[in-house]
Amino acid sequence: MYVAVKGGERAISAAHAWLEETRRGDPAVPELTIAQIEQQMPLAVDRVMAEGSCHDRFLAALAIKQAKGDLIEAAFLLRAYRTTLPRFGASEPLDTTRMRLRRRISATYKDLPGGQVLGPTFDYTHRLLDFALAAEGEDRAVAPEMPAPAAEVPRVTELLAREGLMQREALAEEEPGDLTRQPLAFPAERPVRLQNLARGDEGFLLALGYSTQRGYGNAHPFVGEIRVGHVTVEFTPPELGFPIELGEIGITECQMVNQFKGSRTEPAQFTRGYGLVFGHGERRAMAMSLVDRGLRARELGEDITAPAQDEEFVLYHSDNIEATGFVEHLKLPHYVDFQSELENLRSIRRTAEAALPEAAE
Amino acid sequence: MSPMTPADTEERRHWMAVLARASADEIAGLLASLPSLPAPERLRAPETGLVMVRGRAGGDGGPFNLGEMTVTRCSVRLGEAVGHAYVAGRDKRQAELAALLDAALQDPARRAALMEGVIAPLAAGQQAARDAEARKAAATRVDFFAMQTTR
Repeated sequence: MYVAVKGGERAISAAHAWLEETRRGDPAVPELTIAQIEQQMPLAVDRVMAEGSCHDRFLAALAIKQAKGDLIEAAFLLRAYRTTLPRFGASEPLDTTRMRLRRRISATYKDLPGGQVLGPTFDYTHRLLDFALAAEGEDRAVAPEMPAPAAEVPRVTELLAREGLMQREALAEEEPGDLTRQPLAFPAERPVRLQNLARGDEGFLLALGYSTQRGYGNAHPFVGEIRVGHVTVEFTPPELGFPIELGEIGITECQMVNQFKGSRTEPAQFTRGYGLVFGHGERRAMAMSLVDRGLRARELGEDITAPAQDEEFVLYHSDNIEATGFVEHLKLPHYVDFQSELENLRSIRRTAEAALPEAAE
Repeated sequence: MSPMTPADTEERRHWMAVLARASADEIAGLLASLPSLPAPERLRAPETGLVMVRGRAGGDGGPFNLGEMTVTRCSVRLGEAVGHAYVAGRDKRQAELAALLDAALQDPARRAALMEGVIAPLAAGQQAARDAEARKAAATRVDFFAMQTTR
């Protein structure tokens, strides 16, 4: 329990003013614009959109500026903002086979239809600090171009499924549960789990995904495919009755291929872990797909022995907005609670001292 | 006005898709060189809201809610035609111009000039940007044959 305490208004107002001043930093240094954040810190913007669960690059960049670069605080600001807007409806499900690809790689096949396209990746960089970047006004880098073949880019999972080696997804066209409308309930079905993971904290997902690789959950994953690019979003306005394109959003998809030993009704085959996130978020999409596969243990009849397979543990602790709210609320005044604890502890001490007078010094 | 045929609907989907990807300044800039359109009646003022974006489990399974995106909508009347716009983002001017054009393009007397003067150049610019990105992606395509020859 915490109680409202009066008398802090002047201090709070001064603290806010100082916060503003520290956000701006040294006035001799030019102020950041929202466009600079959006253009030059695109991966921070992508993470805030994913965890804020709201795709809007400008708003995410504004939130990053306001939060002084604290990305969880920024995601919190974005989540709070979205509650002020009306919901027009839900889009048609995205068709990621029709993505405009910037990057598409597979770790399971060297040669595959559509090829391996590296895109703008950190993967082969040396991770050495580049002091040339500290010198502003350098020549702008220009990416080379080559003729682009109009090739089909089929899904790796589909190639395996056609051979009967990959479990097909259940094609249920049911209305999926929505965590923004209904609280979590267990057992949680896959659509709700995927929504939870898509907006989950990247660090939490990464650690859990890592744990499945290290033996907590018996996963033997392969990256079937990662796709990064843009996808068209279609929506059917009720007044039109046919789907129209709203525009394009940046997206990252990961298909993780995992062994499944089979059951009484199903032969041994591969199964999928799936990751889909706003923006360019490969680490997030990969971690999501590892955890998605972990959480499918119940549906696949596997033993639930590891944290990443425990849906209550995972889904209740993945949201960094909720987590930060509960952890940080400990900063609020708990004076009455603590007085009671103090009184309790003193009373225990007095009782113990009275019972054992020889032990007291 | 005659009812929309499936071909009309496809054409309308095309111009709406192009307008959804164009900025207000781009649309206004192209409109400026054409005879000005009459002022439309506003049926629904530009309004920003959210659309829940859905994905599919495993890419091709059942739908799930991925997260929301900001969308701005607007509806206007121009003569007999009602124009609608739903565009990604929060640009109210873009939504209003897109709704105006959606109404005007439904009028066969205006369509050809607007398609040629506004929609076609916007579509060409958008295609050029997509092609340039595809060429950059193609330059990062791995050629494993090169590796085999050096073995």
